[in-house]
Amino acid sequence: MKHVISDVMTITKRQLLQLARIPELLVFSTIQPVMFVLLFRFVFGGSIETGQPGGYVQLLMPGIFVQTVAFTLAATAVGLAEDMKKGLIDRFRSLPISRGAVVIGRTFGDALLNILVLTVMAAAGYAVGWRPTSGGLSIFAAFLFLFMFGYALSWIGIYVGLAVKEARTVQSVGFLVTFPLTFLSNAFAPTTGMPKALQYFAEWNPVSTMVAACRQLFGLKNEFGATASSWPSQHPLETSLLYMFLLMAIFIPLSIRKYKNTSN
Amino acid sequence: MKSVIAEHLVKTYRNGEVKALDDLSLDVEEGTVLGVLGPNGAGKTTTVRILATLLKPDSGIATVAGIDVAKHPDKVRELIGLSGQYAAVDETLTGWDNLVMFGRLYHLGKLTSIKRADELLERFSLTDSARRPIKTYSGGMRRRLDLAASLIVQPKVLFLDEPTTGLDPRGRQEMWGVIQELVKGGVTLLLTTQYLEEADQLADEIAVIDHGKVIARGTSDALKKQVGGERLEITVENTDITKTQEIVSRISTSAIHTDVRTISAPVSTGSIALMEALRALDEAKIHPLDIALKRPSLDDVFLSLTGHVAEEEVIAQPVKKKRGGKK
Repeated sequence: MKHVISDVMTITKRQLLQLARIPELLVFSTIQPVMFVLLFRFVFGGSIETGQPGGYVQLLMPGIFVQTVAFTLAATAVGLAEDMKKGLIDRFRSLPISRGAVVIGRTFGDALLNILVLTVMAAAGYAVGWRPTSGGLSIFAAFLFLFMFGYALSWIGIYVGLAVKEARTVQSVGFLVTFPLTFLSNAFAPTTGMPKALQYFAEWNPVSTMVAACRQLFGLKNEFGATASSWPSQHPLETSLLYMFLLMAIFIPLSIRKYKNTSN
Repeated sequence: MKSVIAEHLVKTYRNGEVKALDDLSLDVEEGTVLGVLGPNGAGKTTTVRILATLLKPDSGIATVAGIDVAKHPDKVRELIGLSGQYAAVDETLTGWDNLVMFGRLYHLGKLTSIKRADELLERFSLTDSARRPIKTYSGGMRRRLDLAASLIVQPKVLFLDEPTTGLDPRGRQEMWGVIQELVKGGVTLLLTTQYLEEADQLADEIAVIDHGKVIARGTSDALKKQVGGERLEITVENTDITKTQEIVSRISTSAIHTDVRTISAPVSTGSIALMEALRALDEAKIHPLDIALKRPSLDDVFLSLTGHVAEEEVIAQPVKKKRGGKK
């Protein structure tokens, strides 16, 4: 037990070392979100009427932030599946290290990478006109929310990676989960244009509540995306926290158990 | 004292459809090398995975250094080293990064980990490539690094699962050298292999397994004797066959066998028999197209052993097991 912390740190450090050894990894994991910022800002920005001061980019940035942290689910899953395939997980499991250290260490590593990605994106957003109007504390809280959301999702990634095993399949599964979740939401366009059934889904979608929560924390009026007077759209902060708590309460024990019992 | 004991291990996959281990028992005397020899799918890897705490058997007991692997896996993990069929290391990191990381995971201090990594890299002639990512290593270098990673804390028992499968002849030779050095140092080793020659080179004793059970056990010499020892193989022109058969019969220890133009004859005196045959053929003015002294291969050992076992199996095992398994 006394080695838990050092074991977790060693595994996390391994991931940071990977980034240091292959800097391309770092470049590509930040290029994609920046590309999304630019594409949406300049492709849709002109045609979507928002009624918010500052234009579409104010609404867009929270959406892109949430989408990007949601995509880390796939990255976590793929990384783990590759370790499984190469036998590295077997080796870890044959070592006298604390249970869970390997997967916990990986979620920490992915979380650290998320901090970096969010920072780069915030800078890119600022460059194309994104200006949060709330105070420093609220802005900080928004990023804390994003960070925590990414962390909670990485535990789903751990579970998927351990359960599916084949890296390419994992990649597809990851996108199959994250793409509908991010697009059936208020992230890029108002949900009012969707068919009724999808509107209900979109309202309760954790991505929507996260986006709404971030918009609120960045100082926007909570109107774009709030399609009805449903509870989640009225209380995005509380709902988002609840979702994160639920995800972790379910997937942390599930993943650690899966890791212990896993075998090829 | 026995360092490794496996008793009546049974392991099935897919709800019992595929029987990986079928009452397998073996043991390894402390300080010796047991070679577990068998074809793909015989149950070698499953055996190693159970002994190394990665897999739980359906039934049966396994102990390493007297500790039950199913009951106290954590204690066993402190005593063993494992190196698998693939190089189970982080390929994006350098060799040095990997060894330091594993040192830390064995709970060595930071400085001790670094010192140990340097020592092992030196010992396995990897110092020059220590700072390069493993991706750039040759197959042989990867395996050596993988082996080094399993030796970070001097393990009491070392498991090597097909340490040379997939290596080129040079890589194999290098790996054998490294393992022989280890064995001299007195480690208890369980090694699996598909190659009789490898078991021959490295193991004190060999257990031949097939369909998840041990079908023969003994020293390499004993096994080869069981198969019939060396054979002389001579290929000649059609016109010389009869004459050659006559000559070879005089040298051979038992019945000779002719397949098209190749005459195969069991011999007991090795190269002496080969020279005798050459002299006799030369005197008879026969020029063989090919002549060789063949040692028994795994195929030979296998053919002779499984041919014998298969009959028993039909009686004892009404449900025929298939290797590779189907849905």
